[in-house]
Amino acid sequence: MCASVKYGSRGPALIPRMKTKHRIYYITLFSVVLLGLIATGMFQFWPHSIESSAEWSLDRRSVHDAPLVRIPMSSPIPERGDLSCRMHTCFDVYRCGYNPKNKIKVFIYPLQRFVDEVGVPISSTGLSREYNDLLSAISDSDFYTDDVTRACLFIPSIDVLNQNSLRIRETAQALAMLPRWDKGMNHLLFNMLPGGPPDYNTALDVPRDRALLAGGGFSTWTYRQGYDVSIPVYSPLSAEVDLPERQPGPRRYFILSSQTAIHREYRVELERLKEENGEALLLLDKCSNLSQDLASVRKRCYKGQVYDYPQILQESSFCVVLRGARLGQATLSDVLQAGCVPVIMADSYILPFSEVLDWKRASVVIPEEKLPEMYTILKSIPHRQVEEMQRQARWFWEAYFSSMKAIGMTTLQIINDRIYPYAARTYEEWNNPSVVKWSSVNSPLFLPLIPPRSPGFTAVVLTYDRIESLFRVITEISKVPSLAKLLVVWNNQNKSPPEAIDGLSLDQTHMVERSECINKFASVFGTMPLKVVEHRADPVLYKDDFPEKLKSFPNIGSL
Amino acid sequence: MQAKKRYLILFSAGVCLILLFYLQGPASRRTPNRGDDPHPHWPHFSDPLRAFIPWDQTETEDYNVRVSPRHKRDDNSGAYKCRMDSCFDFSLCGSNGFKVYVYPQQKGEKISESYRNILSSIESSRFYTSDPGQACLFVLNLDTLDRDQLSPQYVHNLKTKIQNLNLWNNGRNHLIFNLYSGTWPDYTEDLGFEIGQAMLAKASISTENFRPDFDISIPLFSKDHPRTGGDRGYLKYNTIPPFRKYVLVFKGKRYLTGIGSDTRNALHHVHNAEDVVLLTTCKHGKDWQKHKDARCDKDNAEYDRYDYKEMLHNSTFCLVPRGRRLGSFRFLEALQAACVPVMLSNGWELPFSEIIDWHTAAVIGDERLLLQIPSTVRSIHQDRILSLRQQTQFLWEAYFSSVEKIVLTTLEIIQDRVLQHNARSTLMWNRLPGGLFTLPQFSSYLGDFPFFYSVLGKQAISVEMIVVRAGFTASDVLTMFLYQIIVLWNCDKPLPAKHRWPATSVPVIVIEGESKVMSSRFLPYDNIRTDAVLSLDEDTVLSTTEVDFAFTVWQIFPERIVGYPARSHFWDSNKERWGYTSKWTNDYSMVLTGAAFYHRYYNYLYTQYLPGSLKSMVDQLSNCEDILMNFLVSAVTKMPPIKVTQKKQYKETMMGQTSRASRWADPDHFAQRQMCMNKFASWFGTMPLVHSQMRLDPVLFKDQVSILRKKYRDIERL
Repeated sequence: MCASVKYGSRGPALIPRMKTKHRIYYITLFSVVLLGLIATGMFQFWPHSIESSAEWSLDRRSVHDAPLVRIPMSSPIPERGDLSCRMHTCFDVYRCGYNPKNKIKVFIYPLQRFVDEVGVPISSTGLSREYNDLLSAISDSDFYTDDVTRACLFIPSIDVLNQNSLRIRETAQALAMLPRWDKGMNHLLFNMLPGGPPDYNTALDVPRDRALLAGGGFSTWTYRQGYDVSIPVYSPLSAEVDLPERQPGPRRYFILSSQTAIHREYRVELERLKEENGEALLLLDKCSNLSQDLASVRKRCYKGQVYDYPQILQESSFCVVLRGARLGQATLSDVLQAGCVPVIMADSYILPFSEVLDWKRASVVIPEEKLPEMYTILKSIPHRQVEEMQRQARWFWEAYFSSMKAIGMTTLQIINDRIYPYAARTYEEWNNPSVVKWSSVNSPLFLPLIPPRSPGFTAVVLTYDRIESLFRVITEISKVPSLAKLLVVWNNQNKSPPEAIDGLSLDQTHMVERSECINKFASVFGTMPLKVVEHRADPVLYKDDFPEKLKSFPNIGSL
Repeated sequence: MQAKKRYLILFSAGVCLILLFYLQGPASRRTPNRGDDPHPHWPHFSDPLRAFIPWDQTETEDYNVRVSPRHKRDDNSGAYKCRMDSCFDFSLCGSNGFKVYVYPQQKGEKISESYRNILSSIESSRFYTSDPGQACLFVLNLDTLDRDQLSPQYVHNLKTKIQNLNLWNNGRNHLIFNLYSGTWPDYTEDLGFEIGQAMLAKASISTENFRPDFDISIPLFSKDHPRTGGDRGYLKYNTIPPFRKYVLVFKGKRYLTGIGSDTRNALHHVHNAEDVVLLTTCKHGKDWQKHKDARCDKDNAEYDRYDYKEMLHNSTFCLVPRGRRLGSFRFLEALQAACVPVMLSNGWELPFSEIIDWHTAAVIGDERLLLQIPSTVRSIHQDRILSLRQQTQFLWEAYFSSVEKIVLTTLEIIQDRVLQHNARSTLMWNRLPGGLFTLPQFSSYLGDFPFFYSVLGKQAISVEMIVVRAGFTASDVLTMFLYQIIVLWNCDKPLPAKHRWPATSVPVIVIEGESKVMSSRFLPYDNIRTDAVLSLDEDTVLSTTEVDFAFTVWQIFPERIVGYPARSHFWDSNKERWGYTSKWTNDYSMVLTGAAFYHRYYNYLYTQYLPGSLKSMVDQLSNCEDILMNFLVSAVTKMPPIKVTQKKQYKETMMGQTSRASRWADPDHFAQRQMCMNKFASWFGTMPLVHSQMRLDPVLFKDQVSILRKKYRDIERL
C-alpha cells in the first residue's frame, strides 16, 4: 500500500492528461499488478523460505491428531510369514520399473492410530521415538515418494520395532487393513526385538503374509536369505554418549564382558576364564548397590567397583557379545562404537547386514560351545589383525549402526541392490573405510588378472618441428615386430620452435616448468602418486658377454 | 461512465489476478510437497515420543533363566531343515583336522567318469584319509551324480545300498554330489533316496531347497570337463573400449512345453539380428514335430545362420537362461570365454554363492523382466564391463576350470565352516589368487599375505631375513635390511664350534633338522618373522649390494620370486615332454632358490598345499625342490619370477666350479630335474611356468655415467 501511495504522488508526471480520480484507479491497478509480479518472483526464486514456513506449521503437529481407526473384531488376519518367500516369488518387481537412476521408490503410509472395538490401542508405546526417526529419515531421502501409485516399496507407519509392546492379533489386523496391503506384497516391516517369553521366537510373531521383514535377531532358521534383511538392534546410548574414536592398538583389558543379562551357566564359565587369566579379563555386571533408575543403565560394576558404561568398552581389545533371551543384542552396537572387537557367541545368529558386510574383518564369531576356549582363540589372532578389526568395527558403527537413519538407509540400499543388481554397490564400497578406498588400487585396468598377452602396442610420438629426428624415430620404431600402430601427434602450432635445443632436458627453464607441473599435479591429487623405484627392466642378456646376434634384443645399450 | 470504468478496472484487476494465479501454478507444481498435496513428507511431531525399549524393560537375567541356552540351541535340531549347528558333528573334525574319507569302491558298482574324477580329486588332495576313524567328512562310493530315472547313468536301488553303508548314521557328516535330479516332465529336485542329514553339493539347486550354509551349489559340468589343470580363460588382452561385435547372445534349445519353457519361448521378442542375437531351435528330442508351433520353422532357420563359437567369443554379454533345470552348461562356457553371463534363472542358487560375490562377474537378471534386459546391459558402464570381464577369468581359473578345482572349492568351503573364526574372508575368496591358494590357517590378517597389499593400500614391510642352508660361508652378506639369519644344518657332520662362527650384528639361529631332507628348507619356521625370506645355499657368493638391490625389487613385487640365477623350460616335441635347460638363453621361467627372495607365505604354502607325494619325491632325490617352488609360485600368481642382475662371477660358480660341482656335473642330476618337471606338470594338470624376457637392473646399470653417481656400483665390477 505504501508503494502505491508513493507512486500516486508521482502520478501527474507519468500520466498527465487524465483526471485525478481515474489516475488513482489506473495507478492502483498498476501497483496491484506490480505487487503481484514481485510476489510471483518471490515464489519462483525463494521457494525454500516458503517451504520452511510451511513446515513450521507442520512442526506443531501432534501424534494425537492422527486419525483414529477402529479395527472390527472380525477383521481378517494375514497369514503367517511364508518361509519359502524369495524376491522372485513374493515380491512384485513390476512396481519398481526401470529407471535410469536405478533407485526404488518408497512410500510411507500416513500415521493412523489403530484401536480395537473397545478403544484400546494396538500398541502400548504407539509411535516410538526411534521409529519416528527412521520414518522421517526415509522421507527426507532420495528413496521417498509421496505418490502411492509410483511406489515400489511400502512402509506402514505402524510401529513394530518392539514386539513386547504389541498386541499381536490386532497389529496383524491393522496391517491387513492398509489400503495397499495386497497380501503384504512389497511391504517392509522394521522389527528389532522379536519374540516374547518364554521361548522368544527369532522373528516377529505378527502374521504378515508376504511382507519383507527387516529384523534384528534372526536365526538361520527364520531368516529368508535374499528376502529378509538382518538389521542391528539400535542402541539408544549411541545418541546419548559421544565416544571419540580411539587409535587402534593394545588396550588395558584383553577381554571385557559388559552384558547384564548373561545366563548363569555362561557367567560361571566366564568366571572360570577370569580365574585362569586374571587381569586380562574384566567381567562386569549390573550394580546391585545403586538405585535402579535411568542412570543405572550407564553403570557397570565388578565387586563393588563402579565403571562407566559404555566408556569402559574403549579400554578393552575384545568385547563379548553373548546371546541373551534374544539373539540380537544392543550391546553389539555399543561395542562397535567403542572400537572394541566384538566376540560374538550366539549360534545360528544372522549378523546384521550380513548380506553385504564382511564380518570376518570386524569381529570374531565363536560357537557357544567353545566359550571356555575363548581366551586361547583370541590370543592366536595376530595383533595387526586386531588393530585392523578395531578400525573396521568402528567404521561399521559409523556407517551402518550409528543412528536409525543409518540403519534405515542401509536396509533400503540392500533391497535396492537386489532389485537393480547390475547397479549394486560393490564389496569394496560396503566394506572399505574411505581411507582405504583412496589408498587402495581398484581401477579395472589394474586388476592384475591377465599377464598381458596382447598382440602389440601403439606408439605415440609427440613432435615439435624437428622433422629429421622424427623420421629417424619413425624408421627405428617401425622395425619393431610387435608394433601395431604408430601415432604422430603434430604439436607445431605457431611454427616457431626454439632452435638451438639439442635435447629438451638440457633446457633449464624446461626443467623448472616440469617441476612446477609435478607440484601442481601432486597438490591436485592430494598426495604424491608417483613411486620411486631403483630398478630398470632390461633384456635378460643385457650387456652380458654373449654374442650379440644370439640375443633377442641385440644392440640395446650399445651406442 | 464512471461506473463503467470502475467495472472495467475491477474486471481487469480480476484478469490480472487470474493471470498471476496461472503464472504461479507451474511453480508450485514443480515443488510437489506443498499446499494442496494431501500427503506430504513425514511430519515432525512435537510431542515427546517414547523410546522403543523403555529403560526398565531392558533384558534381565530372569528372561532366560528358565531354559538353559544349551538346551535352547539343541531345540532347533529336529524341527527345521538342517544347518551346520544341528546336523553336523563338529567333534569328528577336532583332533585330526579336516579329513575326508571316501568309501572303498565295490566291485560291480558302476561309476560314471565324472564321479570317478570327483573321487580321485579327493583322493589326491591333502584332505584325504583312508582311515574312517580320522575322518570328518564322508563321501560315498555310489554314483549319485545322475538321478534322472531316464538316464543310462542312473543307479538303481540306491536307497537300500545307502542304508547298508555301515558308517551312514543317517547321513551325518556325509557329502553327496549331484548334477542332475528329477526327470521329465517336472524335474523336481528329489534325489530318489533319503539324504537324511547329509550335505548336498548339487548343481542347479534352487533357493527354496537350498539349506544355507549347509548345502553347496556347484556348477553343472560336462563329462569332458578336465580332471586337473584345465584350460585357461580365453581372454588374451583387454580392448578399450571394451565392446565387442555383439552385445548379447544366446543359442540353445527351446522347450515347447513343460517346465522352464516360458523364458526361452519369449526370447525372440528381444532378438534383433544385429547386436542382440538370441537364437532358439525346436529340433531336439524325437517327437519335436508333434509339439511344433508357428515360430519353429522361422526360428530354426535363423538358428542355423549363426555359429555358436563365433558368437561366444565376440559378444560382450552372454545370456544364461534356465533350461529344464535351473543351471545350464552355458554358464561355464560364457565364464571361460570372458563373455559376461547375464543370468536369467529365477531362484537358482548360483554356484558357490556362499563365497563368490557374483555381482562382480555376472549380471543377475530377472526372468520377469526379460524385455528390459537389452537396455539394462546397454546401460552398464565401460569400466564395469572391463572389470566384470576380468573377474570372469579370475573365477574361471580359480574355481571352475577343472573337476579338481570344483571339488577342492567344495571341500574348502566346508572346511571354512568347520574352522569358523579362522575362515577366509570374502576378500580372500574374491581376489587373486583365490581361496584355494590363500590358506587361512597361515594368518587371519590379510597383510600377512603377499597378495593384498594393493587392496589394503599398504606397502611391503622393509625388514628381511636370511635362510642359509646346510653350512656357512656367506658372511659378507650383511645388509641394512637384515633382521636375522637362520642356518639349517642339513648335513650329518656335527656343528662347528661356537668360536668358529663369524660375529654378526644380527642374531644367527641354527636349526638342526631332525629329518635332513630337502623340503626342510621351505618349512614355515616360527622363527621367521619378516615377510621377506632370502633363501641361500652355503656356496652362494653374493655381495651386499646385490642383495640390497634385489630386496628393493622384491618390495615392488612381493608375490613373486626375485632372484639371480635363472633357468628355463621348453616343450620337447620330439620326446613329447617338458625339457629343462640351464643354457644362457634369452628368456627364463624359473629362478633358483639357492639365491632368491620370496614371501614367507610360500614356505607355508609349500608345506601345506603340496601333496605328500611330490614332497617325498623331492626328498628322495635331494633335488628339484627349487623347481617345485617355482611351479607353486607361478601357479599361484600366473606370472614369471623376476631375475635381477648379478655380478658376472656368480654365473660361473653356478655353472659348476665349486663345492656342488659334483652334483651339477652329474648327468643324472640333470635328467632327474627333467623328470621332476614332468611329474610336477602332471600333478598341476598344466604347465604353470611362464616365460619372461625381462631382467631388472639398477637404473644406471652399465650406463656411461660416472660410477660415483650409481647407487649399486659393486654389481658392475667384475
